[in-house]
Amino acid sequence: MALHVEHATKRFGNFTAVDDVSLQVGQGQMHGFLGANGAGKTTTFRMILGLLDPTSGKVSWNGKPITYGTSPEIGYLPEERGLYPKMKVEDQLIYLAELRRMPRLEAKREAARWLERFEVPHYASKKVEELSKGNQQKIQLIASLLHKPSLLILDEPFSGLDPVNVEMLKSAIQDFQKQGATIVFSSHRMDHVEELCDNISILDKGKMVLSGSIRDAKRSFGKQKVHIKTDGDLSALKSMEGVEKFKKTKDGALFQISDDAAAQTLLNESMKLGALRHFAIEEPSLEEIFIAKVGKLHA
Amino acid sequence: MHSFWIIFKQAFWTKAKTKSFVITTIIVCASFFLMANLPKLLEAFQGPEEDSVLHIVDASGELAPRLQEQLELIDSSVHAVPTGMSEAELRDGIANGTVEAYMVLEQEGQLTARYVSESANEMENGSGIEQAVQSLQTVLTAESLNLNGSQVERLFAPALFEREAISASSKSQEELSQTRGLVYILIMLIYMSVIYYPNMIATEVATEKSSRVMEILISSVSPVKHMFAKIAGIGTLGILQMLVFGLSGYAAIQTAGTGMTEGVFSVFGFSEVKISTFLFAVLFFLLGYFLYAVLAALLGSLVSRIEDAQQLMLPMMFLIIVASFIAFSGISVPEAKFVTVASFIPFFAPLVMFLRVGMLDLPLWEPLLAIAIMLITIGLLGWFGARVYRGGVLMYGSSQSLKDIRRAITLGNKK
Repeated sequence: MALHVEHATKRFGNFTAVDDVSLQVGQGQMHGFLGANGAGKTTTFRMILGLLDPTSGKVSWNGKPITYGTSPEIGYLPEERGLYPKMKVEDQLIYLAELRRMPRLEAKREAARWLERFEVPHYASKKVEELSKGNQQKIQLIASLLHKPSLLILDEPFSGLDPVNVEMLKSAIQDFQKQGATIVFSSHRMDHVEELCDNISILDKGKMVLSGSIRDAKRSFGKQKVHIKTDGDLSALKSMEGVEKFKKTKDGALFQISDDAAAQTLLNESMKLGALRHFAIEEPSLEEIFIAKVGKLHA
Repeated sequence: MHSFWIIFKQAFWTKAKTKSFVITTIIVCASFFLMANLPKLLEAFQGPEEDSVLHIVDASGELAPRLQEQLELIDSSVHAVPTGMSEAELRDGIANGTVEAYMVLEQEGQLTARYVSESANEMENGSGIEQAVQSLQTVLTAESLNLNGSQVERLFAPALFEREAISASSKSQEELSQTRGLVYILIMLIYMSVIYYPNMIATEVATEKSSRVMEILISSVSPVKHMFAKIAGIGTLGILQMLVFGLSGYAAIQTAGTGMTEGVFSVFGFSEVKISTFLFAVLFFLLGYFLYAVLAALLGSLVSRIEDAQQLMLPMMFLIIVASFIAFSGISVPEAKFVTVASFIPFFAPLVMFLRVGMLDLPLWEPLLAIAIMLITIGLLGWFGARVYRGGVLMYGSSQSLKDIRRAITLGNKK
């Protein structure tokens, strides 16, 4: 049970929107898909969903191509929110679930359950256009997973939500993952991705610039920070090998180093300079990795 | 197939439940009843028609009773009463409402009449009175020429004029006048429905696109299935609406009383009309609908905002309007060359071929050929439309023109 994207490329005329992207998401995994605006995330999702055919390469779900035959197994939350503005919330959810071949009665029951969970049961008979953006977003998410898909594609699921609602939707998505669903989602919010995902891919201008587990990404990023608090003067260590950046703070200094060995040397050397009150190796945040990977290529 | 029915049902019910659709249906049905019962209703509002009095200023004293004779001959409700009042008094009477109208009659070789009333349309029988005065003039002239009654009758007997057509395909004059009314109404119906329902489809598709729900729909169901289910759903709605119109029109005529029924049916040729005309009407309605519906869905899939849909629909509307021009002008000359040619052009055929089938005795292969041409065109358009639709529904941009068709095909292209 897995999603495989193998060397997928999509060209529109001379423009290459997605260039040789490969991706594997195992069953029950949550995969974060990062990229600047226009990096090709939505196009990749559309290829996964079979809305667009790759120019070359292929996409498979459990070894089979994704077609309309597999549509009941797949749920999709598009980046541009899409619901019938003048249709009642409940009717809408049932209609969309029926299209994914869920029996009507079951869809009705599930819709009621989800509306309850998201604390909006009283919206069932309201028109979508009467709802606030945040609440429309909840409905949109319900529409994507009501029919119990085993593969869920979420394009920016948390945009436009307040922190309380983000938590509510996050926990719903996590519960859904625990039930065995495979989830791919994109976001601009690195903290969300870091919290939810084990694996990530970073896309830049259609090319995959990073793919793998978050831990590996941080390790291989090689740019760690060392934070030292001491009374001694650390400025002598500024020009030590492996130190890329040095910044004096009021009670010590902050180093950026290029490899793990440098951290050890720093520890040894700084102990000689005075009594240490604090020594920490800080992992780079996903945000830093993202900016370094994408920002560098843009420069 | 399951999802086809779900979309079908949804397309049918969302449109059927819209206020505008329900109100239009009710208004049209109500107007049938209103029109059919108009004479009755007018009577009910006005009460029984009152006889009106026309004061006649007649110096000779002979003309008033003779005018009365003529008025009775044409069943007029106006009574011509000689009056002793002067014109000034009568004018005052009109001003304060005691006198409805008066007429000054004089005969000096020729009859002259001057009709005076408050406004020009006073006394509904203004023309009836004129007619009575004309016949009085005729009678008086005949008398002065010493003609007797039968001589006068002979003088005014109309000539017998009949038309007979030699061409085998043309129907006899009697048949034609009977058929013409019916064909006219049916062409009108087909014309309106190929505008109305395909427009519904284009707006529907544009709505789904502009609200971006389309992306969810086509990730669940293939765009082609989605398109055809929608066309079928709205088509069924159209047939039902037409049926409701037909039945209510029939019921309206029935309630209007027997005289009306016979009158209307003979004028429009319902009683004599062949069943085949109706069958062809239904067939051409369906074909015309499908042809234009596919085109409308294709165009609707290209726009990203509902407002732009109307603009892209223009070329299609143009086709329909041209077809209707040919059809309506062809009613009087169904055998003209341009009508014959147009009846085999797929976009005109629903109206024009139906006109020919209705008005002429065509060999069967002609309508069948036109139907085959239309079926092939629908097939081609369906295939082409589906390709455009696939890409069109994913396409969001500001430019809204027919050039987008190419972009849409590229986007939706397999490989």
